[in-house]
Amino acid sequence: MSESIGSAGRRIRLPWSDVVVTLFAFILAFLLGAVLMVVSDPEIAPKWSYFFSRPSDALGASWDKVSQAYSALVGGALGGIGPITSTLARSAPLICAGLGIGLAFRAGLFNIGAQGQAVVGAMISALVGFSIKGLPLAVHLPLAVLAGVAAGAAWGGIAGALKARAGAHEVITTIMLNYIALGMLGWALTTTLFQRPGRADPISPIVEWSATFPRIEGTQLHMGFVLALLAAFGVWWLMERTKLGFQIRAVGSNPSASATAGMSVSTITATTMAISGGLAGLAGVQVALGAISGATPTPLTAGLVGSIGFDAITVALLGRSRPLGTVLAGLLFGAMNTGGLKMQSAAQTPPDLIMVLQALIVLFVGAPMLVRTLVPFLKARRAGKAPTTQAVAPVASQGGLAS
Amino acid sequence: MKKSLLALSALFSAAALTLAGCAEAPDAAAPSTQQSTAASSAPSGSATSAAETSAAAEFKACMVSDSGGFDDKSFNQTSHDGLEKAAQDLGIQVAEVESKDAKDFATNIQSMIAEKCNIIITVGFLLSDATVAAAKANPDVKFAIVDDNPASAKGLTNLKPLVFNTAESSFMAGYVAASQSKSGKVGTFGGMKIPTVTIFMDGYAQGVAYYNQQKGKNVQVLGWDAKKQDGQFVPEPKPFENIAGGKSTATNLVSQGADVLFPVAGPAGLGALQVADTSNGAVKAVWVDTDGCISAEKSCKSILTSVQKAMDVAVFDAIKAAQDGSFSSDPYVGTLENGGTTIAPFHEFDGAVSAETKSELEKIKADIIAGTIKIESASQPK
Repeated sequence: MSESIGSAGRRIRLPWSDVVVTLFAFILAFLLGAVLMVVSDPEIAPKWSYFFSRPSDALGASWDKVSQAYSALVGGALGGIGPITSTLARSAPLICAGLGIGLAFRAGLFNIGAQGQAVVGAMISALVGFSIKGLPLAVHLPLAVLAGVAAGAAWGGIAGALKARAGAHEVITTIMLNYIALGMLGWALTTTLFQRPGRADPISPIVEWSATFPRIEGTQLHMGFVLALLAAFGVWWLMERTKLGFQIRAVGSNPSASATAGMSVSTITATTMAISGGLAGLAGVQVALGAISGATPTPLTAGLVGSIGFDAITVALLGRSRPLGTVLAGLLFGAMNTGGLKMQSAAQTPPDLIMVLQALIVLFVGAPMLVRTLVPFLKARRAGKAPTTQAVAPVASQGGLAS
Repeated sequence: MKKSLLALSALFSAAALTLAGCAEAPDAAAPSTQQSTAASSAPSGSATSAAETSAAAEFKACMVSDSGGFDDKSFNQTSHDGLEKAAQDLGIQVAEVESKDAKDFATNIQSMIAEKCNIIITVGFLLSDATVAAAKANPDVKFAIVDDNPASAKGLTNLKPLVFNTAESSFMAGYVAASQSKSGKVGTFGGMKIPTVTIFMDGYAQGVAYYNQQKGKNVQVLGWDAKKQDGQFVPEPKPFENIAGGKSTATNLVSQGADVLFPVAGPAGLGALQVADTSNGAVKAVWVDTDGCISAEKSCKSILTSVQKAMDVAVFDAIKAAQDGSFSSDPYVGTLENGGTTIAPFHEFDGAVSAETKSELEKIKADIIAGTIKIESASQPK
């Protein structure tokens, strides 16, 4: 979560302080998670009641439980080629949608509609994927991807246009567009265009193989992850190397000044929302066209996109709206998801506890000041060695909204 | 710095005091029974020899839920009971994963394959595509799917469908519901328009129609039109988990006059139980999948009966067969005849249901088994 690259060399400084704070954020989250695990376990908790007469029972059982769960988390996310590819694959849609949300942040826009944009993206790319038959992969796949991205861009563009033309607040319009997208998908799945023949329930046909991302056999990784990285590079290039990127940043920091300087704030707002929506649409495409090894692509249903659009808000905030940060935050989430699965399957940790643990980690990583306050050693370090860097790691929302 | 150090140590000592009591340690010679978990270690029963135990301990049965989760008081939970029973009775290892949404299905099954499971049971019709694909890709692993007999699985020798003709038991439930209705209207709603849901609604509606025919009454069914195959469903998204949606759907039916509700919606049906619980006895409910008086015991006072689907038995049998080598891909079809589906005891309504109705139900059951009563539902397993 270093930001030395994200902010393009404005602050060239070894981010050791950030690294240490992030490390301690993890340690604190894991400690708290361990306490929760012990307290909530019906077999271990009673052992603490006779702690003073035989401490070995309580300590041994707690240690077994906690170490088993955490080694499953780490092993499940990073232990070997299978887990690592799975982590990468799971992070890809989060990175894409996170990039979109982060881009909007930098123009001072709060895009809560990534969910709806991803739903529309998944819907249209799946439609192209299953309804056109007989095309070679080289034609079919790009067509499906582009259709999904365009659909997401259009969906985001609606909110952008409403803001630019009518002054409607994008938070409200994007939330409403989320509902509309979901309702539209639910309805579409009952029409002959989308519904699988012979089924009464809302489910689409399976996407043709020629429209799915090429994957590495025996793993869960598919080309979608490469696309996510390309998108991250593209966003960096757009923001730091192009006129439009400069304009987006300018509008984000001061719309009035930008207008005075001759920029069309409304055009830039609408364009930003469209690009943001296109990236979120790409996240939906990833879900609709990405098949893991040994499985068919998941057919389109109302729940296919899950909560990617909302998780991506956290990813963007955690990544401080910078492309590199978003990639790292997306990887963190991907790792937590994959490792969480292993915690469930191998260490039999309840899934609710895994969600709490994930939330704790995000909470601590996202609140570096809290970590500094809780860990006295870090505070001393900051006061002693680096007294001038007040904003070493700005709180995520500040970094996201005001830069 | 000093202050935070103090705060930290105070926090820890407070936590230590709360957590660590001074109770006596239990006698080490007599280990407490709860020490051995079914999940991690095989119970060393005196009946099984050491060799058998170790062979059993190497066998691993796994389960993937659909988005309802294993605590849905309904079909995921019942299937999971079968897995737990297998862990206890057979001394095998088990593992389980809950799915949050549709995109998890394939990866969750994959994670179970990575855990080297010998048999993987997927719970629910919605996992059908992912299960068939995984079974094709992993011929060495055995699979069983609850609630679906996928046509695409033809020729697969490692996939056993576990399906239930719940139209038969729902027919009986419809009959008894009609006999208990004071308003002359009974209601039903589903979680989703999928065959495994609408089969209950078909059977229920036909049971009511049979009552009308036998007794010359005109009890109406709200919420399901068997001819059009359409009716009331809990709103998307995640209809099966949407308890508030279940409640509003149930309220809607009650406001139209229904006084016996049959929610076929997993956890969302709990919304209907809430409506019945707060109606001062005016509204009753028929629960699905498990005996509601056991799985949702707080609402037992409103539960007339339940349409049971013995998924636990089917799951247990499939695991046992996979372990002892008698596994086959022939579908298991639960019926009234083989006890795979039944209606639960009336519990608190035992006095309210007349002896006459009870004997009629016995007759209906015999007639269904004998085939003299024909139930028509497109969703019935073939």
